Amino acid sequence: MSPYEDLIIEHWRNPRNKGTLPDPDVDVTEANVPCGDVLRLQLKVRDGAVEDVRFDGRGCAISMASASLFTEMIKGKKLEELRVMREEELLEALGGVIKPRLKCALLPYRTLQKALASLGPRARKGESETARS
Amino acid sequence: MRNVRSDFPILGREINGRPLIYLDSAATSQKPRQVVEAVARFYREANANVHRGLYVLSVEATELYEGARKKVAAFIGASPEEVIFTRGTTESLNALAYSLGEARVGPGDEILVTAMEHHANLVPWQLLARRKGARLLAVGITPEGELDLGDLEDKLSDRTRVVAVTHVSNVLGTVNPIPEISRMTHEAGAVVVVDAAQSVPHMRVDVQELGCDFLAFSGHKMLGPTGVGVLWGRRELLEGIPPFLTGGEMIREVWIDRATWNDIPYKFEAGTPPIAQAVGLGAAVDYLVELGMEEVRRHEEELVGKALEGLLSRDYVEIYGPKDPARRGGVVAFNLRGIHPHDVATLLDQEGIAIRAGHHCAQPLHRLLGVPASCRVSVYVYNTVDEIEAFLDALDRVWESLGR
Ligand SMILES: Cc1ncc(COP(=O)(O)O)c(C=O)c1O
Repeated sequence: MSPYEDLIIEHWRNPRNKGTLPDPDVDVTEANVPCGDVLRLQLKVRDGAVEDVRFDGRGCAISMASASLFTEMIKGKKLEELRVMREEELLEALGGVIKPRLKCALLPYRTLQKALASLGPRARKGESETARS
Repeated sequence: MRNVRSDFPILGREINGRPLIYLDSAATSQKPRQVVEAVARFYREANANVHRGLYVLSVEATELYEGARKKVAAFIGASPEEVIFTRGTTESLNALAYSLGEARVGPGDEILVTAMEHHANLVPWQLLARRKGARLLAVGITPEGELDLGDLEDKLSDRTRVVAVTHVSNVLGTVNPIPEISRMTHEAGAVVVVDAAQSVPHMRVDVQELGCDFLAFSGHKMLGPTGVGVLWGRRELLEGIPPFLTGGEMIREVWIDRATWNDIPYKFEAGTPPIAQAVGLGAAVDYLVELGMEEVRRHEEELVGKALEGLLSRDYVEIYGPKDPARRGGVVAFNLRGIHPHDVATLLDQEGIAIRAGHHCAQPLHRLLGVPASCRVSVYVYNTVDEIEAFLDALDRVWESLGR
């Protein structure tokens, strides 16, 4: 396993959904303090799903490429799906990540958890009452 | 310098299918067979506790341990009773900050550190200042990454009790002018504590020439084992400060309600010391003496010169610290424009090249440099010009894949 699959380099060079939304429903920032990586994630939510998403931040290629790829993965998804999403799904999509860099790769995942938590446990913006059942 | 590579078995390793190029000796050095063998031989043939036994084996172990102390003392121009074995630089500095603080620092006093200190020579003084109601001040650095002696002059006063300064910065590589700092500090009536973790392994260090009062360094950064380090102090100062740890050989007489202390250096060596490690450190000192510290320094200057030249010629690289190898120790810290140091280290590791990336336990310095982290290469006796060139070539490949 090479630590930098072409996919990572491609997303690092051409990040998707990078920037900010004019009127986000969620706007959270998360950091990997020891390495100085910072990630801001914004979501526009409609009918219980992610209608639009943007990320911004600075950090290593793995965390930033992972963020770019992750925005593609979560865009259009229902919040209830995101709430049960496992971190392995992101790692697999990245093509595997070497152990010392797991924290970098999972920064977007942790940021999304924070975003979901800030939306409340359930039932916001039309999310169904039975979201987690 | 003679080719020493065959003395270091680990250099025969392959990493990710490539021959290991080890450029992280500032973190810890590799060990020659002579040191590994000295430790193994101690355990095989002479292992016993020291200073206690009346039997042959204990006498032999004690002689080996004390022999190591004499070697270390001669290596830094000190007398053996001024050489205290500790677990390493960090322990030496923590112990000293405690003991010195108890004896010499009170409310309203001032302690000076510098903006380029390793956390090990910063945080113990922070705690001391807080404990005693003293003030901690940091001497600044110039844009070239050298200590601002004018600022030191300004900050020294009759309230100054301690100046704690690194001999060689583990990030900038800067060699600080300790003799001058000692003169200035003594004029103000304070004592000088030198963190020599990055100097003693790499250049001739003589405590009399430095003129300092205390000096700390680690065995594992100078070809020796982990778990042993040194605190050197002037005899009259060591005699005037209390011990840090108590129990074991450091005691002379004990009653239920009180105790008296042994002579130096034993007063500061509580409990069973790192005996085999000290013996290993003695072997490391023998090895360095045989190579000659002037030769070691010359060899590193050549390697650092090559690294600096190569890095300076790449416009995507930013270097921290002095640009002249003669003003530097064996480390060079740098960044690739827009690329996180962790990416650089991971990609180089793919090619078997081990470098450091992070804040190198010097967060205040990195804050001053305006970067969260940096890459660092550091060299030692076993590195070669070819390795530096291989590192520079690999850096171009990192830039090709991640530069933008
Ligand atoms: C300048 C400096 N001081 C102190 C230390 C701490 O040394 P040790 O971890 O051996 O206690 C180091 C090495 O990490 C260093 O480079």
